Amino acid sequence: MAINSSPPPHSHAEATTESGTASVDDLDAVLSDITAEIADSNAVLASLHRRLELRAAQDGLVDVAYTTLDSPVGTLLLAATPRGLVRVAFDSEGHDEVLDRLGAKLGPRILRAPRRLDPVAREIDEYFAGTRQAFDLELDYSLSAGFRQVVQRHLSKIPYGKTESYKAVAELVGNPRAVRAVGTACATNPLPLVVPCHRVLRADGSLGGYVGGLAAKSSLLALESAK
Amino acid sequence: MLAKKSSARRPFETVVEQHGAMVLRVCRAVLGNHTDADDAWSETFLAALRAWPMLPMDANVEAWLVTIAHRKAIDITRVRARQAIPVAELPDEESTLGVPGARDSVGDALLAVAALPDKQRTAVAYHYLGGLPYAEVAALVGGSTDAARRAAADGIRSLRRLLGAQAQIPSTDRPPSETTSQSLSTGAP
Repeated sequence: MAINSSPPPHSHAEATTESGTASVDDLDAVLSDITAEIADSNAVLASLHRRLELRAAQDGLVDVAYTTLDSPVGTLLLAATPRGLVRVAFDSEGHDEVLDRLGAKLGPRILRAPRRLDPVAREIDEYFAGTRQAFDLELDYSLSAGFRQVVQRHLSKIPYGKTESYKAVAELVGNPRAVRAVGTACATNPLPLVVPCHRVLRADGSLGGYVGGLAAKSSLLALESAK
Repeated sequence: MLAKKSSARRPFETVVEQHGAMVLRVCRAVLGNHTDADDAWSETFLAALRAWPMLPMDANVEAWLVTIAHRKAIDITRVRARQAIPVAELPDEESTLGVPGARDSVGDALLAVAALPDKQRTAVAYHYLGGLPYAEVAALVGGSTDAARRAAADGIRSLRRLLGAQAQIPSTDRPPSETTSQSLSTGAP
């Protein structure tokens, strides 16, 4: 805490005035004292951050609120607009990159706001605990357009523990020849887990693809079939 | 849709992460009082969040934040001056100043900064804690670049003196175990 005894007189001058010099050592000592006194202020910053989250939401200044959640398939990024959950991202997608892209599409007023995502995190926890079979959340589909969004909205109708083929989905959304486009819609699902694209398989029963990796897809299917 | 968007603008959260502690140091140095400094921090980041999509891509974010913090600190000082009413007795207000282990205890260094004359205090805060060049400090607080440089140098010299002197004197926020017999005999100031 205390400033150490006087500095060596020959030390390099940082700021020269007509009346004298302040040595670098001195300066560093004074500044590090000031900094150290606030360095233990992480708790203060955390509570100020929380206040910022609340005020920003009240003033309608949050384009995207996000948090992360540990899950059996890795750390998930959960992001919401004022309209609803807009993005669920796996670790492998690179959370920072995902946030950058959300900023470009939805606006850069992006804040970490775990409370905003509490209901989402709770439902996903329940899903992995096996106590929840359907999500009851407001969803914002604005990252998908056209046919992709039509397909993604359909996916939520596939019941827990059941699967459909890409071909069957194409037929069900009224475009039986668009099997590959259904595959693309599943691959670009911005809300994996919550919008269950993992319940869509190839006609021969093989897994097809999954944004979170095939291991994640099979573990989700295993979780659901265990019920 | 309203403002033109740039795909390169980073999420605002990274601004809070990178500069939150710096802005808090500046606010505390300028305002001293914790509640005021916390309020200035909040107003600064709220205003910054509001303006973030419109900030030029090549802007110096750190300097921009210090500039906003400066304006918010002035606002808060004015409000406080208006609210100040003479009272017969000072209200009992819990102070965390100098209380060890207090949630946000202030130590000797910040108390010393708070004791500096206005010009020196703001010059030290904006230049040394906020990283603003002297020319920009001068633009904020008025006067010439040289005057800002002199004020900061004088401020640092005063701090050194204040803190150096304080180090010899037992201070209330030092645990008794560290108090030497010599300083005990001098008593608290």
